[in-house]
Amino acid sequence: MTGLRYVYAVCRPFGTPLQSQLTGVAGDPPRGLTHHGLVAVVSHVPERDFAEEPLRAHLEDLDWLTETARAHQGVIDALTTVTTPLPLRLGTVFRDDSGVRTMLEAREEDFRRTLDRLEGRVEWGVKVYAESEPQETAQPAPKAASGRDYLRQRRAQTRSHEEMWQKAETFSVTLHEKLSAFAEDSRLHPPQNPALSKASGRNILNAAYLVPRAHSEEFVEMVDRAKGESTGMRVVLTGPWAAYSFAGEEQLTGGEKQ
Amino acid sequence: MTTPSRMPEPYGQQSGANLADILERVLDKGIVIAGDIRINLLDIELLTIKLRLIVASVDKAKEMGIDWWESDPNLSSRARRDELARENAELRERLARLEELEPGRAEQKEAP
Repeated sequence: MTGLRYVYAVCRPFGTPLQSQLTGVAGDPPRGLTHHGLVAVVSHVPERDFAEEPLRAHLEDLDWLTETARAHQGVIDALTTVTTPLPLRLGTVFRDDSGVRTMLEAREEDFRRTLDRLEGRVEWGVKVYAESEPQETAQPAPKAASGRDYLRQRRAQTRSHEEMWQKAETFSVTLHEKLSAFAEDSRLHPPQNPALSKASGRNILNAAYLVPRAHSEEFVEMVDRAKGESTGMRVVLTGPWAAYSFAGEEQLTGGEKQ
Repeated sequence: MTTPSRMPEPYGQQSGANLADILERVLDKGIVIAGDIRINLLDIELLTIKLRLIVASVDKAKEMGIDWWESDPNLSSRARRDELARENAELRERLARLEELEPGRAEQKEAP
């Protein structure tokens, strides 16, 4: 076997096989490498793309990054349907299988603890967008007859923008409080860059919630209800994701950092 | 294993997810393990400069609680108010200059 080993996730052994057509980041199907009762999900990647220098160069290329990120997420997603995976960050690469085994051994305790904590739980993403400039599109301003009229219109516009922002903030805070009270844990992420998300409106809330699968239906319904609650607010639900936002080491100590 | 019966899309498709949703998770979340190939994602110019979402610290946002957007001038209502006040003053000044240049027009409109 040649090539490097790209590791997607660590999980407990699972009986169900992965989808047969599933391909990993470089087209190679992912497989499980079992060691000490843990499974590293691994695929082979060519050295010409994944050795340090080429990988560094590729990561600067948004098209390559997009394709690789989607393939990585595709594998994590497939795992999420059959088990509770601990997703590793993109670009975790070892020279050979024995390097992967050594890593599993070295981190065994951490992995088990985190797997126990996340077992049977998924992540849901909830974003709130304030639709941009709803006032202006709703009632196009008549052409200002004078400077004074223009200023008056400006002031009215400013006021309605201000009201819209207040409303968006209040709506987001209320929704986040409600959802985080229901979820086991939550994380606030920075608002998204529209250049990447291609989403219209301004992203006000970008949050992740850790929810047991068994309670996910109820969670989805809560979010659905919020969708029609306020005009000018768009609520977007994504998921179920593997618990990406809750798998990091900083959470191993449990709960919020001071 | 029980899965919720009601999913937004077929399980495993993530079709509601945009590129930012995926990148913020696979690049910025998940478990960090130093592999044999040493890449520090934060060293990548594209990620740190072009994709601002990667450098914004989630921990910082967390510390700040739900008021986290206050620190972002793009999102802070205080920053927006300041900007609007500035814009307003600038417009008033421009208007005064215009009315000086066009006394006839301004008088005509403001005549009782």
